[in-house]
Amino acid sequence: MAKGNGTFRIGTGAGFSADRLDPAVDLARRGRLHVMVLECLGERTVAFAHRDRMADPRRGYNALLERRMRALLPVCMKAGTVIITNMGAANPRAATERTRDIARELGIAGVKIACIEGDDVSGLVPRSQPFMDEEGVLADIGRPIVGMNAYLGADAIIPALEAGANVVIGGRLADPSMYLAPMMRHYGWQNSDLAKLGAGTLVGHLMECGMQITGGYFADPGLKDVPDLAHCGYPIAEVAADGSAVITKLPGSGGRVNEATVKEQLLYEVHDPAAYLTPDITADFSQVKLNDLGNDRVAVSDADGRTRPERLKVTIGFDAGVLAEAGVSYAGPSAGARGLLAAQIVEARLKEAHGIKSPVRIDLIGANSLFATAGKEGADSEDVRLHVALRTADRGEAELMLWEVESLLCCGPAGGGGFRGSITPAVETKSVLVERGLVKPTCEIFVT
Amino acid sequence: MRARGHNERLVVRDIAHARAGDKGNTSNVSVWVYDPEDFELLKRSVTAERIKREFPHLVRGEVTRYVIEHLHGLNLVMCEALEGGVNASLNLDSHGKSWSYLILGLALDTGEKRA
Repeated sequence: MAKGNGTFRIGTGAGFSADRLDPAVDLARRGRLHVMVLECLGERTVAFAHRDRMADPRRGYNALLERRMRALLPVCMKAGTVIITNMGAANPRAATERTRDIARELGIAGVKIACIEGDDVSGLVPRSQPFMDEEGVLADIGRPIVGMNAYLGADAIIPALEAGANVVIGGRLADPSMYLAPMMRHYGWQNSDLAKLGAGTLVGHLMECGMQITGGYFADPGLKDVPDLAHCGYPIAEVAADGSAVITKLPGSGGRVNEATVKEQLLYEVHDPAAYLTPDITADFSQVKLNDLGNDRVAVSDADGRTRPERLKVTIGFDAGVLAEAGVSYAGPSAGARGLLAAQIVEARLKEAHGIKSPVRIDLIGANSLFATAGKEGADSEDVRLHVALRTADRGEAELMLWEVESLLCCGPAGGGGFRGSITPAVETKSVLVERGLVKPTCEIFVT
Repeated sequence: MRARGHNERLVVRDIAHARAGDKGNTSNVSVWVYDPEDFELLKRSVTAERIKREFPHLVRGEVTRYVIEHLHGLNLVMCEALEGGVNASLNLDSHGKSWSYLILGLALDTGEKRA
């Protein structure tokens, strides 16, 4: 089908694991896209997915994969839009098989689904491997490792596109690489076209967090207003042959694309603007030009690139026990004083009565919590919530903490109510750098 | 710069917008002025040394400030500034998403003596 104005059109259909689906369907339907990317993996997400896979070898992929594929496959197949996603998480093969089964159930014949593997390097990294940005080596972790995933780049994805895949499913595919790969394939860019790879990586970087460039994570009422965030649209990149692009969104969708939304995303999770490292390129965003064209259209150009890093980043996830959280609220006159008293009681009880030595933090939400360590003084409030958080390898300790906070209802200050408590499994992650030769991506095509 | 009442303190939020991101135990906050004329004021007010001085318990590592002159923005990279990072922090906001507003809440160095 005609995609319009000669540019290569890429849309985002998810910018994180729990992102919205209905605007993705709207974009797939009306966006005239060549490619839709669903970026659904964070460092912790992949570790949690490994835990899921250990519990059930048929799981370990994004929990929303089935819903997303069921809604997007028919629309994207009809529109001729290729889906690229890292929703495979810790189990791309199971995700691919599930997607194939969904396509069959929906009666869509001839869907080519590529499964990219090889990012799981468990067992391949030596125990003497030093960590990337902190002291210590792999052997120091001393707790069960749940997964090790190398970041795969565009070169792992391109073979799937060359094979004519309609859907590409991988695990730890690097976020911007999922955008760069189809641009390289479409425009015939080579690994030596450093400026173009830098430009394409900029587009991927701007797009990968979905609505963070169309008005999400941006609004500050009265100062930075964003229209209709409840119906915010996902972004579209119209990419030219030199890698410059216009970032926009669907007409009629909520949100906003302007110079300010693009600037904030330009350096999101970037350290040195002149050295943004991906498996594909050392991208340079320091001289990027932005041109606000109005009507939710911003032109981006002048990213550059230098040779890609020699080594690939690997994220290692390991068991970190549980995070326990519990709270009780106080409202009305003297709420702050009563909350403070409750905090003192809990602190004493956890130490003296239960001998808990694991790290505990006690906050008064409404008075001072997020900025407590920053040293900000809390405001007087007539509505505060005691919040107690504990990390421990011992579930028994977590249960004791919840019990102790709940006991405040009868044994604590006056007027305390609304106890809630939760215990959730925790993972920790560390990173190492490995030689590229250690990582061997594979691509297998499944057909319905 | 937005107009403010006579006795109101001017803060970074009056001239700039910001976004926070995290990688491990490192937080970065990019800060952008609305009006290029305020960029010198922002640069004077938000320095690496000042961040260290204002938040000694939170920002335990090095602070690097990148200046994006032509787009009128700063990128503050604050090491060991996330209470262990998203996996280890006991802060409710373990990503430090709200750190942008820590920076936006800083008083501007307008050169006026305040009582």
